[in-house]
Amino acid sequence: MKDKNVIQVEDLSKLFGDFAAVNNISFHVKPGEIFGFLGANGAGKTTAMKMLIGISSPTSGKATVAGFDVYKEAESIKKNIGYMSQKFALYDDLTVKENITFFGGIYGLSKKQIEQKRCELVEELGLQEVTNSLVASLPLGWKQKLAFSVSLLHEPKIVFLDEPTGGVDPITRRQFWEMIYKAAHNGTTIFVTTHYMDEAEYCDRVSIMVNGKIEALDTPKKLKEHYKTDTMNDVFLKLARG
Amino acid sequence: MKRFVGFVRKEFYHIFRDKRSLFILFGMPIAQILLFGFAITNEINNVDIAILDQSNDVTSKEIINKIAASKHFSIVDIIQKESSIESIFKKGKVKAVLQFENNFGNNLIKEKQANVQVLTDATDPNMANTISNYISSILKKYQQELNKNINIDYQIIPQSRMIYNAELKSVYMFVPGVMTVILMLVSAMMTSISITREKEQGTMEILLVSPLKPFQVIIGKVFPYIFLSVINAVVIVLLSIFVFNVPVNGSLFLLGIESVLFIITSLALGILISTLSATQQTAMMISLMGLMLPTILLSGFIFPISSMPLPLQVISNIIPAKWFIIIVKGIMLKGIGIGYIFKETAILVLMTLLFIGISVKKYKIRLE
Repeated sequence: MKDKNVIQVEDLSKLFGDFAAVNNISFHVKPGEIFGFLGANGAGKTTAMKMLIGISSPTSGKATVAGFDVYKEAESIKKNIGYMSQKFALYDDLTVKENITFFGGIYGLSKKQIEQKRCELVEELGLQEVTNSLVASLPLGWKQKLAFSVSLLHEPKIVFLDEPTGGVDPITRRQFWEMIYKAAHNGTTIFVTTHYMDEAEYCDRVSIMVNGKIEALDTPKKLKEHYKTDTMNDVFLKLARG
Repeated sequence: MKRFVGFVRKEFYHIFRDKRSLFILFGMPIAQILLFGFAITNEINNVDIAILDQSNDVTSKEIINKIAASKHFSIVDIIQKESSIESIFKKGKVKAVLQFENNFGNNLIKEKQANVQVLTDATDPNMANTISNYISSILKKYQQELNKNINIDYQIIPQSRMIYNAELKSVYMFVPGVMTVILMLVSAMMTSISITREKEQGTMEILLVSPLKPFQVIIGKVFPYIFLSVINAVVIVLLSIFVFNVPVNGSLFLLGIESVLFIITSLALGILISTLSATQQTAMMISLMGLMLPTILLSGFIFPISSMPLPLQVISNIIPAKWFIIIVKGIMLKGIGIGYIFKETAILVLMTLLFIGISVKKYKIRLE
């Protein structure tokens, strides 16, 4: 692995009037890393993430994603990242096949590539029976796994997951994380926000945001040692409560 | 381009799989045009009328019998003097009074022409108009029969008088009105709903994070509705020509171009609404209350603008539908060319640019 970071953030801030939603944060993410981005609701996670994926421009600071500048090269960033949001985000009234074709299409994949990807994906997720069913008819867990696979269709360097496992049962969550590991193993960098502290344990490194600032950033193991607790949950509570 | 085609295909899937929007798109226009059409051109049946026969001769009796025999009218009262006409109208007992002049039959034979007055209650202007047309046609028919038998030209001259609303200003020009309302409904409401739906589902975020540029997303969403609205406009015009015999006196081509312009104006409004609302319900409420009501009430579709109080007349100027109705009436009914509707066209173009300008600005603010 090269040590060129896929995400490099320095003193990044976002102000809404006088309120600093994101206050001088700095961090980096290495290629192939699973980077957990934690924080309570309103801590500034989503705002920070929006700046990185190019749909919100920072007030000050520097940031590059996949080697591109967030100010000037947002369009290039968009081609190189995948995104899956906390709201389930495939089209319910389209079939599995149509969803794959549509999302492949907007990332500029050729018909052949889409066809090939679709076969791989359907086989991997075991969706053969339902390729022509509306997504609305699938169980939530399947939808979310499908949405994750769809966000990887165009083989992005980094995939941003915004609370991807909200509302899913533990078994599906486990399977979902297996998929994440597999993607990371294939060299995709994973940037994930979550509320589940057990999931934080699965990450290579974790940052915890409190009131717009990053209060802690390290491997889960080191964080637990540092805060002298047994679980990430306690680390989080100590930090978030101040 | 390929991305665009894929995007548009997806939009069509959304539209064709949602029964509600399909109904609004295609059921509504046809239902509305037929409803409005038949409500207005509907033939009349068993309308109560009264007769004031000041002549009381063979000819007038014959005519009265003809009218009594027709299924359109039933004679409910025979009045004796002119002064009772007003009271019978005021009571609302009859919709029309037929008044034969003195010496009706004699006049017809001696002077070859005789007068009959058709008085109608024009509080319902369409009804009044239809009644007077029907009576005229019965008189005409009688006159023809008369002239066939005898070789002299007798003329019965019906004099129609509308009372209570003499100028008949509110004669509904329903086709231009319905066309305007439907194009507005389909274009503005449907696009604003379909864009806010993406916001609600969270798919808008996904689209914005994708390499698609925001304007490509919007154009992709709006394009199918241009196409469907044009189809709607064509259906409405065909229905009005073939079912209701409304003439198209002007250029169909010009009508087409102006319709596309108005469709784009409405789409721009729809986009603007979608930038203002976060949910489908809000978008629908804004479209219905903020667009549909003014479009129906203030555009001159149902209520003539000239009889509105001044403040409303001023407000009506900012309603795009008002200008489009003037354009459509001009082209369809008066047969005028672009020279006469240049001002209205220019206003619509300016409005469209304004809506698009505000939307772009709002959109950017939202992205910040």
